[in-house]
Amino acid sequence: MSASLVIQRRRRMTDVAMRTLCGVAAFLGAGVLLLLMIHVVINGMAAIRPSLFTELPSPIGMPGGGIAHAIMGSAIIVGMACLWGIPVGLAAGIFLSEHPNPRVTAPVRFAADVLSGVPSIVFGIYAYIIVVTRMGGFSGLAGAFALGVIALPIVARTTEEVLLLVPSELREASLALGVPRWRTIVSVVIPTASTGLITGAMLAVARMAGETAPLIFTTLGNNFWNTDPTRPTAAMTLTIFQYAIWPYENLHQQAWAASLLLLGLVLVINLAVRLAARSRT
Amino acid sequence: MTAPTSISRAAAGALRLMPPRRAFGIRGDTTFSILLGVAAGIIVLNTLLLLFSILERGMEAIVEFGPGFLVGTTWNPVTHDFGVLPAIYGTVVVAAIGLVLAVPIGVGAAIFLVELAPRWLSSPVSFLIEMLAAIPSVIIGLWGLFVVVPLIRQFESAVGKPLGFLPIFSGPAFGIGLLAAGVLLAVMVLPIITAVSRDVIRAVPQSQREAMLALGATRWETIARAVLPYGASGIVGAIILALGRALGETLAVSMVVGNTFKISPSLFAPGTTLASLIATQFREADTPLYLSALMAAGMVLFAITILVNIAARILIWRLNTGGRRA
Repeated sequence: MSASLVIQRRRRMTDVAMRTLCGVAAFLGAGVLLLLMIHVVINGMAAIRPSLFTELPSPIGMPGGGIAHAIMGSAIIVGMACLWGIPVGLAAGIFLSEHPNPRVTAPVRFAADVLSGVPSIVFGIYAYIIVVTRMGGFSGLAGAFALGVIALPIVARTTEEVLLLVPSELREASLALGVPRWRTIVSVVIPTASTGLITGAMLAVARMAGETAPLIFTTLGNNFWNTDPTRPTAAMTLTIFQYAIWPYENLHQQAWAASLLLLGLVLVINLAVRLAARSRT
Repeated sequence: MTAPTSISRAAAGALRLMPPRRAFGIRGDTTFSILLGVAAGIIVLNTLLLLFSILERGMEAIVEFGPGFLVGTTWNPVTHDFGVLPAIYGTVVVAAIGLVLAVPIGVGAAIFLVELAPRWLSSPVSFLIEMLAAIPSVIIGLWGLFVVVPLIRQFESAVGKPLGFLPIFSGPAFGIGLLAAGVLLAVMVLPIITAVSRDVIRAVPQSQREAMLALGATRWETIARAVLPYGASGIVGAIILALGRALGETLAVSMVVGNTFKISPSLFAPGTTLASLIATQFREADTPLYLSALMAAGMVLFAITILVNIAARILIWRLNTGGRRA
């Protein structure tokens, strides 16, 4: 009798203890993000000033200077990567969802899965071999190539998933009216799925903007203003990386400010995508 | 399911039989599907090219050093002596620390979000944890370097005093080192583990819980003996996914791991990982053999991540079939 009471009591204690622990785990997880954001916002706000956006870096060790070159460089590299990575990814995603023969789509899907599991530094090596050694030097183009390859599987697989959600009745209605297959896809399937397609593309942009490893030995970085994509180009992420490991307080502050900008950009994109997804359902 | 496809096939067939004025549509179809095929081909081509180009360029070092490349412990660009064992060791240790920290927290948080928390609490917490996944790794590295490393240094000197006689806690408290890198990795893989486990736990049928509760089980017993075993394969999948990410992570690790090429038993000691080795030395590689050695290190990293993925699939497959048999 008393033994079973003891057991009951132990069971109840375990229950309460484990439930509490699970709660603690959830708050630890969420707390880490809050802590990280608070640190970036506080340190970033302390260092952010208008000249940061307009000035170029001052000579190393000197006060002042800005990251205008890095903002421009990131825009150029990510822009060029989007220009080829997103259309190709979209087209490949349409291919995956609309091609009738699974024997043809299976290897493509497998290739996309392999590609999305590759560590990002390996894309850097790849772009180095394919672009940098052929062109004879580091360039923004090589970085854009690497980022585009990273975007390909992301865009392709989200596109495929979104297009599969489009009811087949819509396609059939259009085909039954005598509309060719390609017109059906362009005018019926894609507009129906447009929110989801934009979501996939935006997520890829956010991912590309935050990548550093594939840029280290492709675009190399640059301390001067440069808009020529065939030359070494600066990028926000590279600048944060470099400034963080250099022993100058001024540069550390600029790294925090750049992080705040980048974090803001990435989180705004993710928030927008989430809200769009919520309004869709 | 078969009916709509056959209807669309019939429609497509009818299109093909259309009179010549529809020829534009047919030609449009051909052009369109060629364009799509080219795009799909670009993905396949890039994947193959990536495999072969790295294999080709890394071969020089592999041929030069043979199996010694994997088990060698010196990395000397001056004498051209390259072995990556310390980097493999660092990669494994750092990923292990990351998982040991992140798995209980991530799975615990997932349990809390699905089973225990009220809805008004679970959606914002789950949202916050997912946002963590979007943060660029270089920002986590910066935060790690200036905020986490000093905390770890304090922790190391506090633990090192009473427990310093144990090899894994020995050595000076640098702050920077394997432990710091592992902690940052835990932060980075936490959202993956939480989000995937949460979806898995949510998919467990309600009847499983009800049956267990009807037998008089407590909430925790229901979770531990009905919900978690049911979702085990999915949770293992989440963990392996996180492992893949942890093995290949470069920036955050590179900024806090210390980049010291040696094997030391202490978690407090600086070390290096394969990805970090490549990231920090690639620009300095001034000879073809040096460059080839770094590419071969990339190959090893690539091979490890592929092995992990294969292991994950086998594990999940075995858990699935085991579950069905039972």
